[in-house]
Amino acid sequence: MRSSEHRSERARVVRDGIGLGTAVGLYGVAFGATATVAGLSVWQASLLSLLMFTGASQFALVGVLATGGSPFAAVGSALLLGTRNTIYGLRLAELLAYRGWRRVAAAHWVIDETTAVTVRESGQELSRLAFVSSGSALFLFWNLTTVAGALGAQSFGPVLQAALDSVVPAAFLALLWPRLVRGADLRREQRIVAVGGVAIALALTPFLAPGLQIIAAALAVLLAIRPTPANSRSGCARRPGSSSGASA
Amino acid sequence: MSPSTVWIVVIGAVVGTYLLKLAGLSVPPALLKRPLIGRCVELIPAALLAALVAVNALTREGALTVDFRLAALVAAGIALALRAPFIVVLLVAGGVGALGYVVAG
Repeated sequence: MRSSEHRSERARVVRDGIGLGTAVGLYGVAFGATATVAGLSVWQASLLSLLMFTGASQFALVGVLATGGSPFAAVGSALLLGTRNTIYGLRLAELLAYRGWRRVAAAHWVIDETTAVTVRESGQELSRLAFVSSGSALFLFWNLTTVAGALGAQSFGPVLQAALDSVVPAAFLALLWPRLVRGADLRREQRIVAVGGVAIALALTPFLAPGLQIIAAALAVLLAIRPTPANSRSGCARRPGSSSGASA
Repeated sequence: MSPSTVWIVVIGAVVGTYLLKLAGLSVPPALLKRPLIGRCVELIPAALLAALVAVNALTREGALTVDFRLAALVAAGIALALRAPFIVVLLVAGGVGALGYVVAG
């Protein structure tokens, strides 16, 4: 009895992981198409999906290149967005408890989606199962669909190009959305920072080289700093009890 | 940008983003308890993603531009508010954008 419950629990975790991986992986079509339209070769687009494997950073990189941005701005925006994977890793390190080469390999799959399904599970075994099943499904579909999108984009006419131009901002909005809705961590601060980011980026667009306004938008986090006399040097530090969101 | 510069950008960003991932799994857990780092990193993506939404929807070649992309973005926002799955949001945006392009020329 106990073992059959255990089996069905494991099956559920694997099913959830693969389901999420498949759905999100399809989004790679948009990435592959955007990348080639931005001037990358099919090879470069595929290499990004294989080796970078973190969607928002990949989109930021090609988005900056598409607007004629500098190499510095392209790499900088990808790295700034990549910092959130560091925080995910901090959370996952205890749950997964990988050592040695397993840790080196697992790091490649530390992204939004795998973190979301992994932290839901309790215990090392189910956490690892969730991480590996979602990670492998995502990795497979993300890479297959990147190639499909990159090859497909070469035959795009103006109407499909317009559709693609419209999909890119929508994709960023979909990535941003969970941070702004009810139940999100630090929701109030996230909203303030998001509005600030939009204002900074649009205001600086006419004056900065393309892509730099995205990096400058990171300064919007300063809007969420609330120094207190007791805590005046703490910068971004969170005051106990000051947040409406759940604790991280 | 020359092809070799694009390669440097691709390789530099690949190495950098991987090291950021590995750092999270490798640093002592005590760092997680430091709210200063945690909160800054937790908020930076919101600023960047919002900026990327705005710049990709509302600018073209360094100038503010309102066109079919804004209609598509509004449609995507409605789809998200209705809790549509990711892929549906993208299809809605693409469809509305293409329609807007055809209608508005």
